[in-house]
Amino acid sequence: MRIALFATCLADTLYPRVAKATVRLLERLGHEVVFPAASTCCGQMHVNTGYQRAALPLIRHYVDTFAGFEAIVVPSGSCTGSIRYQHAMVAGRLGDSRLAVRATKVAARTHELSELLVDVLGVTDVGAYFPHRVTYHPTCHSLRLLQVGDRPLTLLRHVAGIELVPLPDAESCCGFGGTFAVKNSDVSTAILADKMRNVLATGAEFCTAGDSSCLMHIGGGLSRLRTGTRTVHLAEILASTPADR
Amino acid sequence: MSTFLGLPTAPAGVGHLRGSEPFPVAARRALADTQLRRNLAKATSTIRAKRARVVAELPDWEELREAGRAIKAHTLAHLDTYLEQLESQVTARGGTVHWARDAPEANRIVTGLVRSAMATEVVKVKSITTDEIGLNDALAAAGISAVETDLAELIVQLDHDRPSHILVPAIHKNRSEIREIFLREMADVDPGLTDVPAALTQAARQHLRRKFLSAKVGISGANFAVAETGTLCVVESEGNGRMCLTLPDTLITVMGIEKVIPRWADLGVFLQLLPRSATGERMNPYTSMWTGVTPGDGPQDFHLVLLDNGRTAALADPDGRPALSCIRCSACLNVCPVYERVGGHAYGSVYPGPIGAILSPLLTGIEDNASLPYASSLCGACYEACPVKIDIPSILVEQRARHVEATHGRSAEAITMAAAAWAMSDPARFAAAQRGGQLGRLLARHGVIRRLPSPLSGWTAARDAPAPPRETFRQWWRRTGRP
Amino acid sequence: MVAAHGAAMNAREEVLGRIRRAAGNGPAPATGAVPRAYRSRGDLRGSQLLDLLAARLTDYKCSVRRCWPGELASAIAAAILDRGARSIVLPPGLGLPLPDPATTGADLTLVVDDGFSAEHLDRFDGVITTATVAIAETGTIALDGSSGQGRRALTLIPDYHLCVVYEHQIVCLVPEAVAALTPERPLTWISGPSATSDIELDRVEGVHGPRTLEIILVAADGPAHATERGELCQST
Repeated sequence: MRIALFATCLADTLYPRVAKATVRLLERLGHEVVFPAASTCCGQMHVNTGYQRAALPLIRHYVDTFAGFEAIVVPSGSCTGSIRYQHAMVAGRLGDSRLAVRATKVAARTHELSELLVDVLGVTDVGAYFPHRVTYHPTCHSLRLLQVGDRPLTLLRHVAGIELVPLPDAESCCGFGGTFAVKNSDVSTAILADKMRNVLATGAEFCTAGDSSCLMHIGGGLSRLRTGTRTVHLAEILASTPADR
Repeated sequence: MSTFLGLPTAPAGVGHLRGSEPFPVAARRALADTQLRRNLAKATSTIRAKRARVVAELPDWEELREAGRAIKAHTLAHLDTYLEQLESQVTARGGTVHWARDAPEANRIVTGLVRSAMATEVVKVKSITTDEIGLNDALAAAGISAVETDLAELIVQLDHDRPSHILVPAIHKNRSEIREIFLREMADVDPGLTDVPAALTQAARQHLRRKFLSAKVGISGANFAVAETGTLCVVESEGNGRMCLTLPDTLITVMGIEKVIPRWADLGVFLQLLPRSATGERMNPYTSMWTGVTPGDGPQDFHLVLLDNGRTAALADPDGRPALSCIRCSACLNVCPVYERVGGHAYGSVYPGPIGAILSPLLTGIEDNASLPYASSLCGACYEACPVKIDIPSILVEQRARHVEATHGRSAEAITMAAAAWAMSDPARFAAAQRGGQLGRLLARHGVIRRLPSPLSGWTAARDAPAPPRETFRQWWRRTGRP
Repeated sequence: MVAAHGAAMNAREEVLGRIRRAAGNGPAPATGAVPRAYRSRGDLRGSQLLDLLAARLTDYKCSVRRCWPGELASAIAAAILDRGARSIVLPPGLGLPLPDPATTGADLTLVVDDGFSAEHLDRFDGVITTATVAIAETGTIALDGSSGQGRRALTLIPDYHLCVVYEHQIVCLVPEAVAALTPERPLTWISGPSATSDIELDRVEGVHGPRTLEIILVAADGPAHATERGELCQST
């Protein structure tokens, strides 16, 4: 299958290893991955911070860039959520009903990574090998907006060598919330403190999730406290093979 | 105030819909209150577990939610019809209906009614609406003392404090604090009072019993008012509500206009949704329903005050309107990661938590509660818990847009956002910006950045920031010669 | 007063006018009926309803006795004696088999409500009533002030409320109870004794309303079955 990758601005700029892992994983499964050079950002941060007018060109750009593809993969639950639930809404609110219609169509072909693997490609064992103790944080937008359910956990359970440990109070937010972490950094930190306490209680080496942004938040805290526990994106675990060891 | 159709918002200077400082400032102080943090964590986790248990018992919970949402949406679309029907039914059954455009008018009406009843003391059922309009202050100014009879409201009133939760107003106080308040403020209390909740509860019973039995005027809010029959409904637990609704000669009920529901049968939906969402009980201990005046049973003089106070401004907002569906269960507070850490006072309004973060700005205009829509990580737990399916995260996002549009893009943040959008809407500009960002590597040591300038300094106060990699993904893609 | 009345009329017209303007700004009202796919009738019958009601009442700290119709008199007498109540107020038209103070040997006074003041009601140890309907799923009894149930103050002020519920009065679900009740009557729904969770979310039973609620559940089977199934008549 020919799959277009929307790397997300965050992974493209700060976490290229996540986007590379997504490419490696899908190619290993026998698919062709294309990365449209024009792709940039979905505009979620703008919309969620109140800058819908500024987001409109980003939304139009996403729709223009990906309109020609049958399947689009996004290694981020919240960016997928924004594409699926905000693009048409913002376009409609700002009076561009044609864009709203096109955005709805492109959104229907846009899949978060675990959705693509399980629902579109019909695979749960991707042949990965990751011999570490890992706990999974089901990020809020994957959990409640996309309702990916246990798709990520199903994929993780099939990874060879992995020791999966449940995260206490897993469904609680990590406190990131985009610009919330800056505008309300004290509250965000307080929420993060509890998330880190739960992660550390598992004794896991790695905390994984389907969103680089939440992982940047949790990982930033774990790193600051020199806990030794690290974060790793779901795509990176699923892309790992014995050859990587 | 910039509202839809220019409809008036709740006036400032009266009542409790506006805080004195922005949310992040108030929240910082709350976060440092160890006792508050401990109380909130215990209380919210307890009530979350109870709610989850009793919601899971019902096989048709989602169908009830959908019915609740639809009934409220229908009511709001035909609010004038149902209010007129309610008025005529209440009047036909011997009640008197008053209309109040705003808080000062409602306070004047209630004060006048209490004076007409020749009372200098009134007993009150817990009512956020009367707190919203500052009724107790208005009564006090008229020489009338209002006695709060709900245990938590009594605690808060005795301590000259403010409620911090819709349903459990003293959620921020623990048993030893409550014991100290009772010993200090209750003239008739047993000096040997312990801090066992049962003993504290009995002290409140004794304190209030004489007041109930001799009260001339009771004041309540309403959970529901049925247009079809003119029936008012109050749900409660302690029996203080029954006391106030049954024993006085005069009963005054102050109700927001959005509390009306069309049909008697609709109570079959809401009396399932509310108790399970609110206290996590299958049913609250007491529900009182009355229609006008019943000879020989209860108050023979009944007044219903219908309050606008910014509600029509919210109604006129097509995106904000669903916030008026709220049945004040407080489930969204109890599941909110923000509320759980800061409590209710930080929101500055009688409506705290996620629902308060949208409802307060809708009632006052965004200008007066501009920091509240940002007091959320948009995690969505509130929407999931809401018994009438108010999409709080989407309304928060919408309110943020309103706020930004009201500031006309002149803030430093707006300029930054505009620049980012300009850069990111074009791949060449975006790649150039990425290359500029890679200069951030100069700030990094061992792959992380430990300190960033304002406004990002809030991030690095507690978290490392990732150092930009040597090569972005798109640089790698091009370098490796991919299509 | 003319001016005040005029102002009130203005407020009414103004608020209704605002609503009409505001309503036009919203989404077009849904034309379809409200979806009512929730359960409107329960599927439990007879003793299943009794069992569920008893379990739910007990769960919310209500004392429950179960009996057959022929055993009601002794169940009521036992409840009063166990409670140690001496003065009981009764609603007019109660129609229950009550113990005769002359024969029980107990120091017991039964008085029918005569419009007593609140202070007077406060001097009674308890009250005995029937109910209009009971909801099994939520453990709720509903009183509507009709004959045998009395005005609302009667079941509020005395500290002990003994209520007799017959099997035919039990419905399974909340919507069934709503349908069975007359809205114009003053209604009180009671689910366990008064309670509060205002202090650290610790539930405390017994605040302002009766601190003890006791229910006698009367099964529908005739007294002929009473002896063979008498084991049902027990305190749970």
